[in-house]
Amino acid sequence: MSLAAVPASNALPDMSRVTRVDEVGVNERVARFQTRSIKTSSKVDALKMILSMIDLTTLEGQDTPGKVRQLCQKAMHLHDSMPGLPHVAAVCVYPTMVGVAKKALGNRGINVASVATAFPSGMSSRQIKLEETRMAVGEGADEIDMVISRGAFLQGEYGFVCDEIAAIKDACGDAHLKVILETGELGTLDRVRRASVLAMHAGADFIKTSTGKIQPAATLPVTYVMLQAIRDFHHETGRMIGMKPAGGISNSKLAVHYLVMLRETLGTAWMTPDWYRFGASSLANDVLMQLQKQATGRYQSADYFSKD
Amino acid sequence: MATSAAARVPVAKTYKIYIGGKFPRTESGRYYALKDSTGNVIANICRSSRKDFRNAVVAARGAVAGWSAANAYLRGQILYRIAEMLEGRREQFVAEQMLQGVAKRGAQKDVDGAIDRLVYYAGWADKYQQIFSAVNPVASSHFNFSVLEPTGVVAIMAPESGGLLGLVSNIAPAIVGGNTCIVLASESQPLNAVSFAEVLHASDVPGGVVNLLTGHRSELATQFASHMDVNAVIFCDADEDTAREIQQQAAENIKRVIARTDVKWSKDAAASPYLIQDTQETKTTWHPIGG
Amino acid sequence: MDTQVNKLAFDSGWAYAPAPESTDHVTIDDEYGLFIGGKFVAPAEGGYFDTVNPATEETLSRVATATGEDIDLAVAAARKAYKGAWSKMRPAERGKYIFRIARILQERAREFAAIESLDGGKPIRESRDIDIPLAAAHFFYYAGWADKLEYAFPGRTPAPLGVAGQIIPWNFPLLMLAWKIAPALACGNTVVLKPAETTPLTALKFAEVVRDAGLPPGVVNIVTGAGDTGAAIVNHEDVDKIAFTGSTGVGRMIMKAVAGTGKHYTLELGGKAANIIFEDAALDEAVEGIVNGIFFNQGHVCCAGSRLLVQESVADDVIRKLRDRMETLIVGDPMDKNTDVGAINSKEQLGRIESYLKLGVEEGAQMYQSSCSVPTKGYWCRPTLFTGVSQSNRIVQEEIFGPVLAVQTFRTMEEGLSKANNTPYGLSGGIWTDKGAKIFKMTQGVRAGVIWANTFNKFDPTSPFGGYKESGVGREGGLHGLGAYLKLEA
Repeated sequence: MSLAAVPASNALPDMSRVTRVDEVGVNERVARFQTRSIKTSSKVDALKMILSMIDLTTLEGQDTPGKVRQLCQKAMHLHDSMPGLPHVAAVCVYPTMVGVAKKALGNRGINVASVATAFPSGMSSRQIKLEETRMAVGEGADEIDMVISRGAFLQGEYGFVCDEIAAIKDACGDAHLKVILETGELGTLDRVRRASVLAMHAGADFIKTSTGKIQPAATLPVTYVMLQAIRDFHHETGRMIGMKPAGGISNSKLAVHYLVMLRETLGTAWMTPDWYRFGASSLANDVLMQLQKQATGRYQSADYFSKD
Repeated sequence: MATSAAARVPVAKTYKIYIGGKFPRTESGRYYALKDSTGNVIANICRSSRKDFRNAVVAARGAVAGWSAANAYLRGQILYRIAEMLEGRREQFVAEQMLQGVAKRGAQKDVDGAIDRLVYYAGWADKYQQIFSAVNPVASSHFNFSVLEPTGVVAIMAPESGGLLGLVSNIAPAIVGGNTCIVLASESQPLNAVSFAEVLHASDVPGGVVNLLTGHRSELATQFASHMDVNAVIFCDADEDTAREIQQQAAENIKRVIARTDVKWSKDAAASPYLIQDTQETKTTWHPIGG
Repeated sequence: MDTQVNKLAFDSGWAYAPAPESTDHVTIDDEYGLFIGGKFVAPAEGGYFDTVNPATEETLSRVATATGEDIDLAVAAARKAYKGAWSKMRPAERGKYIFRIARILQERAREFAAIESLDGGKPIRESRDIDIPLAAAHFFYYAGWADKLEYAFPGRTPAPLGVAGQIIPWNFPLLMLAWKIAPALACGNTVVLKPAETTPLTALKFAEVVRDAGLPPGVVNIVTGAGDTGAAIVNHEDVDKIAFTGSTGVGRMIMKAVAGTGKHYTLELGGKAANIIFEDAALDEAVEGIVNGIFFNQGHVCCAGSRLLVQESVADDVIRKLRDRMETLIVGDPMDKNTDVGAINSKEQLGRIESYLKLGVEEGAQMYQSSCSVPTKGYWCRPTLFTGVSQSNRIVQEEIFGPVLAVQTFRTMEEGLSKANNTPYGLSGGIWTDKGAKIFKMTQGVRAGVIWANTFNKFDPTSPFGGYKESGVGREGGLHGLGAYLKLEA
């Protein structure tokens, strides 16, 4: 059922009125996207688009400035022997690495995204989450990837979750806010749809599936449900919200099917890095290998592509 | 016949038709005289018109929603109640048959058989569904099951010489499955049929579930087969030409056509849940299995 | 028409390049005879007709016209096989032949899929993913029944009927063949089957499968031709059973023709199913169900959800979502793997659909069609919906058999049910609600043989299919489908 347009960003929508989701129907629709056969020029266009949408990510406890600098090099120079490649959309790091990344990337048009808010669990106080956000933004982060409080959401404390997102959005200032639903912990597609609606009404610029730390991470069905929520929100408010599936998308064919799904659900306006991202660490090289194969006709070996 | 002053004059019964739980005379005002073997008039029998049939279909259609929604246990109880009421009037039915020339022993056997057949079908009310339903193991993530539902309004031309048992053997399987019906009684032996309607009336069978007409088969067969609001037609012992005519007429609205010819209604084999299934539709329902 | 705010754009930017299905594994002969008694033979009167690719209007092959003399031969071959090898064979062995057919169909699936799409215009995705696999599955399912029939009918001894004459339509050529032949053979009958005149090729290729599977000659006979050929089968004295799928008009003629002959018959006829959407449904999945209900196979589906009944409170949302979704349907070359809606099966059918489009507009309904372009050659109809229609409109009452949806609204459950049932047909219905109790109330209330609740247009060999009222007599599929090819002795 449609929600009335909500003027204030943090007004809590009526969760009981969010339309239901039928899992079997979603799976059938998703299977249809996967029957699309993307060949020749449209495949090359898709692969390049995918590269331009990647948030190249390292989120490890063992991350060092050296590792982050290497990642930034890769972000800027995906495969220099192949002309005409785009650069990725952003690098995504922990808050303590934002400064390093910012410096390494310079003025190349690649954003720095930082996770924040006690990533990945979100198990901390609001005050600490706000401070962490301000710190990352202060270090120069262009985008903040926050996590929602899944415990509160599952308890039905929608007001709490909504206020928290709105507060973080406020702390972001000019930085874009991506809200991670951590769909692998929500259990049902109905909850994914409701959490999407909640996050968008609370002020998210993007909604994002996963931290990458929980299985399952991004899946086609979950992403499809979030795209449907974005479409209805756009219809009701006129606002475009971005989408970022993250985690588990490591091969080109799957990524192409994500694009097919995007195209047939939200249309072509969303098919830019401004409105769609892939959170991934190993996808880029698989895409590069596919592009090389398209160019040369030969299947490729990972040995010919720099790991980072 | 002269009677002595002390003798009581018996009250003769008027045999009427049964439509929508009421006993009208035929709207046509026509009748035919039923005579015994010596030519004496036993009764004047309504010669129902196609308008009577039309009224009966209206009554039967009106009763479908309630009767088909009645639960199986209740339908079984009502069929059993019919048997109980018939048992109580056993002698009346035997006497009527004897008036029509049936020997006493044969008449008794026929009436007893009819009572027992009602009990038989009463017992099927909450079981045939279990015999003929299915859960179908489809190869997708769906729960899929098939159940029987009554086809609706059934027009029955009863056996001409099947006795009360032949009549009951055709009505009971139709109504125990939730259908309503219009029955044309045997032309030559209509008395029990009318009296059976009176039993039905006294047995908690809702008005309109069974409607009983008497009259000439030759006049009514085409009407039974051609009415567009009848879902199925059962005809017993029709000759080849009539059978062809019935199916051709029935084709206009794709009625279910059930021919029952040369059935020995007194045999146990003449009763089975397959007769119930004859006037049932199979409905298959799909639903996803998911979260 | 396009007053929608915040409209989505699907017609620009990244598009899918053509992805044609390869046809190098497909052989279609220039000419086909009749398959009678295990051999292809020339027709007695020597007549042939062209079968045409409806997407290109090119002739694919020339096919024989069977006349009375040919039908005599085919029925005689079937009778001989019935009396001989087929009835003398142990049921388990009979089953093994049918299993063989299933396996060969699986092996040759891509070839059959390509021919089905070339001859009939349906998208290769549907032939490949639905028609051919389901046809094989039907043979696999019924093969296993051959030696288990006594378990299907408690208290009865089943016996075959004899020679079955089977007449199938052009919308699912091989699948309808499987629905007819698989249970007939499993029950011990032999068959004479006539495919539709616009789509004879997969049935003729199936004759090759029958031959390769080593079935005794005459068990399966395939005869081609139009209505006269069908009539010759229906009226043949030595046929014991007629199984027909097609229009209610022809079904009625068949029922009359076999009256008084004692021939058994099953009829699977037309439909005008309501797809009923409640406000509490999973609306996005319901929209998929609506799309699948009416645009699957170009709407050439007897159980198509051709009437949409949507609860007033969500009608605007559902129609908007539906229109957006229609914009993403790819209409065109049936052999392209990305095509969603293929060619209309024949010029004649296109004319019929177009006359209904004209009629709908004349009746005062608002017509909306997807903005897709269609090829210049071939027979095409854009996905179409009509709003502002009422129950009394002919486009609401009559089967159009094309990608044309009539949209009505309702307020209460009773109103929805009453509109759904206000039709002489009763083949199928769709119910969409998230409330369990309402599902059961509605699925019980809709007078139709197949009810899809929160789904639509699903088929399975184990699942009985068939209509109430003027949608037909008898069931195909599942245990219930066996009843169409057996007599039950006490």
